[in-house]
Amino acid sequence: MFDGYTLSELGSILAMQGFAGLILFSVFVLMALGLAIIFGQMGVINMAHGEFMILGAYVTYLCSHIFQNYLPGLFSIYFFVAMALAFCASGALGMLCEWALIRHLYKRPLDTLLATWGLSLILQQAYRTIFGAREVGVSLPDWMMGSVPLTDLIEIPINGLFVMALTLIITAAVGAMMYRSGWGKQVRAVMQNRVMAGAVGINTERTDRLTFGIGCGVAGIAGAAFTMIGSTGPTAGQLYIVDTFLVVVFGGAASLLGTIASAFSISQAQSAMEFFLSGSMAKVLTLLTVVGILMLRPQGLFTLKVRK
Amino acid sequence: MRTGSSFLTRTELVYFAILAAVIFVVFPASMDIFRLNLFGKYLTYAFVAVGLVLCWGYGGILSLGQGVFFGLGGYCMAMFLKLEASTPEATAIQSTPGIPDFMDWNQLTALPTWWEPFHSFPFTLIAVIAVPVFFAFVIGLAMFKRRVGGVYFAIITQAIAAILTILIIGQQGYTGGVNGITDLRTLLGWDIRTDSAKYILYFVNGGLLMLCLLAAQFVRRSKLGRILVAMRDQEDRVRFSGYDVANFKIFVFCLGAAMAAVGGAMFTLQVGFMSPSFVGIVPSIEMVIFCAVGGRLSILGAVYGTLLVNWAKTTFSEMFPELWLFAMGALFIGVVLAFPNGLAGLYNSYVAPYVKRLISARGAGRRMAPAE
Amino acid sequence: MNAATATVASNTDYLLAVEDLTVSFDGFKAVDGLSFYVDENEIRVIIGPNGAGKTTVLDLICGRTKATQGSIKFKGAELTQMREHQIVHAGVGRKFQTPSIYEDLTVFENLEICFPRGRTVFGSLAFKRDGEVVSRVEEIAETIFLSNQLHERAAFLSHGQKQWLEIGMLLIQNPELLMLDEPVAGMSVSERKKTAELLHRIIQDRSVLVIEHDMKFVEDIAHKVTVLHQGRILSEGSMDKVQADPKVIEVYLGH
Repeated sequence: MFDGYTLSELGSILAMQGFAGLILFSVFVLMALGLAIIFGQMGVINMAHGEFMILGAYVTYLCSHIFQNYLPGLFSIYFFVAMALAFCASGALGMLCEWALIRHLYKRPLDTLLATWGLSLILQQAYRTIFGAREVGVSLPDWMMGSVPLTDLIEIPINGLFVMALTLIITAAVGAMMYRSGWGKQVRAVMQNRVMAGAVGINTERTDRLTFGIGCGVAGIAGAAFTMIGSTGPTAGQLYIVDTFLVVVFGGAASLLGTIASAFSISQAQSAMEFFLSGSMAKVLTLLTVVGILMLRPQGLFTLKVRK
Repeated sequence: MRTGSSFLTRTELVYFAILAAVIFVVFPASMDIFRLNLFGKYLTYAFVAVGLVLCWGYGGILSLGQGVFFGLGGYCMAMFLKLEASTPEATAIQSTPGIPDFMDWNQLTALPTWWEPFHSFPFTLIAVIAVPVFFAFVIGLAMFKRRVGGVYFAIITQAIAAILTILIIGQQGYTGGVNGITDLRTLLGWDIRTDSAKYILYFVNGGLLMLCLLAAQFVRRSKLGRILVAMRDQEDRVRFSGYDVANFKIFVFCLGAAMAAVGGAMFTLQVGFMSPSFVGIVPSIEMVIFCAVGGRLSILGAVYGTLLVNWAKTTFSEMFPELWLFAMGALFIGVVLAFPNGLAGLYNSYVAPYVKRLISARGAGRRMAPAE
Repeated sequence: MNAATATVASNTDYLLAVEDLTVSFDGFKAVDGLSFYVDENEIRVIIGPNGAGKTTVLDLICGRTKATQGSIKFKGAELTQMREHQIVHAGVGRKFQTPSIYEDLTVFENLEICFPRGRTVFGSLAFKRDGEVVSRVEEIAETIFLSNQLHERAAFLSHGQKQWLEIGMLLIQNPELLMLDEPVAGMSVSERKKTAELLHRIIQDRSVLVIEHDMKFVEDIAHKVTVLHQGRILSEGSMDKVQADPKVIEVYLGH
């Protein structure tokens, strides 16, 4: 299959494929970050996570329209406004859901799974009713279009670079929040011993709601970033939910570093295999490998051995 | 409930008889063949729901991949029927006559070897059960021996459902792809598309479902049933009572898979095709909601729950297609939040005491509300 | 047995021989190079301050926690290589600190599940509730003062009754080594008295390993006491000897 390619051409194909893998990696990390907060820290299975992400994408889509039609002068920076709004919208919806739904189910994780699936159906249909069943895309400002030629053969699209930079910043921010801030300490305290945390004066209910909200908000930002590289439809969130859960579980649910490492290995494996196989077989093999490894090492890649 | 020693108490016998009457008398008498066939299709999902009652309600193992077993059973049956329909005469216009049409469309020139055994009907009947059970056994062995359970098991079974769907759709030359295996005609020369065949298949399906229910009742009543409940509540303790917990989980997971597989095979026979849309994540989780609506602890409730949800789905999505997903979502949330024991729970807390009073007031009352 | 093999075979003379047992959780050694021996029909009490590793020792013996190194021999069989249910089949029974019973089942069913028959998948499918089972369950229920609650759901029992039920669930297995983790914790005075009486009756003809903080109770039943501190043995011997040991007074009993 390598006949007819020169060595440098092969090298650039590999590099491009690696870059495609990096973009996939960014998407995985962005989606998994929110889930790592909600599932990893709170132990809540949120099957509607994809829909929170899509909400962020739709918010970005609306913003791009509004800026295009009413504030064309500011269009080049609309994306930053959209990201903030996406965070707020998804976060607010998340807190509402936590209040109405999730908090009643903390002791029944399997039931949370079913209830949030129901929530995802409702959100999907809501998107379909409001925005229509067709996929929508946003228009990118000029500075994000085009690509940077690295060599004669390797070109790197700017929007891809932008998404990767964004991923780095958001990951760093989430890491700082989880491991450096007072909120992060409270979250971990509540998760390890709810009663004790309450006794030492942490408002556990507020912590839960805020944590869930922040997790959903991060999903919203992921959705906003997602619009830079793909179009959005009502069911787009569901396509990613299984992959994302696997990423988080594979990484070891409570470890941020593990989540990133597993997102990296899964995305690179998948895009590398796509070079040799059809897209669907690459995905099948990647997922099968992950499931296989999880069967051998159910605790994920990075976990501590703890006293029961 | 108290003694747990007899296989069927008198009340339970009445409930079984009512369900049998509904399936074998009320439905056939009140519906035309089109509707009856539709209800027959719903009843094939009930096989899955009954298996889920044992796995999830009793054993606490939530599988979000039951569609895999339903689909494997259905595909095994569909492969046999497809081979029977693809005689060289019937497929003479193809570039390679004698192989299924979708293979020809995908430039295959010979039947893949793993299709060959499905020429034999006895092999197919065995495969319908054996393939899904083997699959469940391998998954169960790998997961339960390593003590993966709860939400992790749910997520991994869901991933397996996703993988199998992608695989079936991607390998369309071997599987019929997204359309599935269609245009099935005869079973051992007997045309399954006629009205009379549909009647017969409906009754066969109903009979098999009753057998499954009796098997489930037997398991529920045996010591194994009590061990399942014990395991759900105090898994660690069961180990220290001297049981190898993983084996019990594997058994009940395989049993659930076998029931789903029978349902899948009957689905193929009654509906006349099998496709990946009955394998993936969405159908698998819908089957869980059938079981949840009926009541996760009631095997008969699971049948009523399946019928009710599917009937509502058909009716609603005909009349208000927009509203159906909202209703379905609300159903998921409502059942979990407000009625965790489903219809059976409602029946037991509201209707059953009333019925009991009615019976004791009138001596031996004979009419009972057709629910549980 | 000749002199040459005596040292090698010596640990088979004991019912339970724990040697050089160590378990570490991420570098923290909860149990550190522990060795002790329990004779047949001996009643051994383990005491020690919180976090000394008492419960972890029981967890290690019954297979709940895997040892990092060392050996646990029960009647000559190596328990560290066995899984939990195999250890139960070998004759070791374990009662947990908080009552751990099947709340959704009746008292009768709780006891019946622990009856040592039909323990495989198909064995349990074929299991029949015959006269032998019923009479044994009733006999045990009598011993644990629950004859009148046989057909009640276990969730409705009082805390003390739940503790007794769990003891009953062990008794029906007829274990040669019975391990009890704080059997009288959280009980009222009268329940405590009844439990002491119950324990005195059931410790006949078997070895017992008990964790207990109630020193009066310990004095009452112990043949030999082992004091643990930070995963190691601080002192071992008769109650009098241990109580007089200055190290024990320092870290545990207080002045």
